[in-house]
Amino acid sequence: MPLWLSVYASQEIALSDGIAIELRDVVKAFGDVHAVDHVSLQIRDGEFFSLLGPSGCGKTTSLRMIAGFEYPTSGKILIHGREMSSTPPYQRPVNTVFQSYALFPHMSVEQNVAFGLEMKRVPKAELGPRVQEALEMVRLSGYGARRPRQLSGGQQQRVALARALVNRPEVLLLDEPLGALDQKLRKEMQLELKGLQERVGITFIFVTHDQEEALTMSDRIAVMSHGKVLQVGTPTEIYERPSCRFVADFIGETNFVEGRVVESAGGYATIETSDGIRLRGCSARPLSSGTVATLSIRPEKVRLLPQGEGNPSAENALPVRVERINYIGSDTRITVRISDERTLNAWEQNDRSTVDRNAYWQPGEESLLVCPADNALVLTE
Amino acid sequence: MIEATSQTKTVARPASASERTSLGGFALLANAVLLYTFLYVPIAILVIFSFTSDQFGVRWTGFTLDWYARLFANERLMGAALNTLYVALISTVASTIIGTLTALAMERYRFPGRSGMDALLYLPIVIPEIVMAVALLAFSAFAFDLIQSITGTPIRRNLTTVIIAHIAFSISFVVVVVRTSLKNFDRRLEEAAQDLGASGWQTFWRITFPLILPGIIGGALLAFTLSLDDFIISLFLSGPGTSLLPVEVYNKVRRAVTPEINAISTLMLIISIALVGLSQLAQRRR
Repeated sequence: MPLWLSVYASQEIALSDGIAIELRDVVKAFGDVHAVDHVSLQIRDGEFFSLLGPSGCGKTTSLRMIAGFEYPTSGKILIHGREMSSTPPYQRPVNTVFQSYALFPHMSVEQNVAFGLEMKRVPKAELGPRVQEALEMVRLSGYGARRPRQLSGGQQQRVALARALVNRPEVLLLDEPLGALDQKLRKEMQLELKGLQERVGITFIFVTHDQEEALTMSDRIAVMSHGKVLQVGTPTEIYERPSCRFVADFIGETNFVEGRVVESAGGYATIETSDGIRLRGCSARPLSSGTVATLSIRPEKVRLLPQGEGNPSAENALPVRVERINYIGSDTRITVRISDERTLNAWEQNDRSTVDRNAYWQPGEESLLVCPADNALVLTE
Repeated sequence: MIEATSQTKTVARPASASERTSLGGFALLANAVLLYTFLYVPIAILVIFSFTSDQFGVRWTGFTLDWYARLFANERLMGAALNTLYVALISTVASTIIGTLTALAMERYRFPGRSGMDALLYLPIVIPEIVMAVALLAFSAFAFDLIQSITGTPIRRNLTTVIIAHIAFSISFVVVVVRTSLKNFDRRLEEAAQDLGASGWQTFWRITFPLILPGIIGGALLAFTLSLDDFIISLFLSGPGTSLLPVEVYNKVRRAVTPEINAISTLMLIISIALVGLSQLAQRRR
């Protein structure tokens, strides 16, 4: 780690108790539309924090308010304990990596990276080495004299990173920075970015609509929809214990079964569907009988047993008929019918190698679907 | 993607041997030859006959530089040429500054009455020049009268009135050209600069201005050429003793076409080509 970064990382900012960014009840309205609707968030020092959601959910607007490109309609934004809700962007201790990179086309790579330091009137003797150090960090030393348009997308991306990090920001904001890269490069950059963040120890706030990207890189994720934060948590919390139907649906894939609560006790709840199927799952809080609820079961957490195996009268065991089979290499994805109007998806890992068709499920085959109550979740919103 | 491929194909096709020999290919070639003949033969004749020793400048009777020598000795023409350059220079600088600021305001800000102002800004481009000239003349007469009634000093039309008139009609053109380059300008570059600590002023001079400079130069060049060859407005608004080159050339042609006129036209042609070349060079360097 370069010396200046280690010095920076060990700096203690007493004011903020380890909170790098705090949003307090922030609202951003454009006309009648609330792009950001009463959002409160605390992002810790040194954290890789993602804002995840579909387009138009308010994640980019939130980021732009932290950067200072937009000012909140109401609420407060604090950076290391200092209120900065209406501080202009050039006076905030944060830097941004833009989706389109926004490199200055009329300047060389070096001039691009040096721009922030020049604005801060860093002496020439210090400026040169710092620019070189930053270019080295993103593995671009030797490219300093080139123009941005002479670089590939991935290289431009790294220049944008160097241009931001050279300023030693307290927080680095990244607005879908990998969106323009192809799939393979994207995966590489995800790991590189995460590694870089761990090395420099700077707080990263990462905006993305790609749930896999967010799960791969983040320490914590805030899932947003329609201007609201629906859930904040670690990747496992978000995936395994989604707080609501939207989060369960947006992160990964899942089966939903709608019904009404018939029983609820000890962290579990049982629902009954209109066609009489009873299923039990975890419930974060006790639910009163008759409440409309949805059971969420991830397809990889469902087991299909051959006919005759297992106990059909056990809890969460349903006799089913296999409808469709999709072989996708690592998995086989099977759609089964549990009642006249309901199907579920089950994914089986292909854990042995064979081309024998009979080793896989066949359409029309009768089977027993088993899903332990611990693997299912009862959601009310 | 598919569109791009099919386009490349259509562009590439006329180059194939079978297409070149076809009737369509021949017609295309003939059309091109005709077009360039039509555009450039008159100019070529003008340049060639500025060097002829024939005193009417319509036949080639031998090479001479006499007409250029005479031209430089003709104080009336040279005075008019200097006046024209002076007017063009001042009006270009003024209209480029005003036009660029106007373009920035129209492109960057939303304010009540903006679309109306937008339309009014482009009107001078389509208004017939004669109408513009009469209007400016009437206005100057009215303004001079007003100033005289207030201050008691009589004012006459002079080069300044011509400059003001030229600024007035050039602004619209500058605005159109500069706005085009502002439309293509990526606003995120300005955000990036601010994000890196540049104030509004620094952002403008370090990022916005260098990137829209080609547009500004283009606008200035247009204003300069418009002013250089403007006839009607210059004729109407210049006072006695302040004649401008196009007017002077016209007066001379009315009496007799001499190769002297060819010579001064050739010089003006060289100046315009040099200016365009310089601006191209300046744009390529960045």
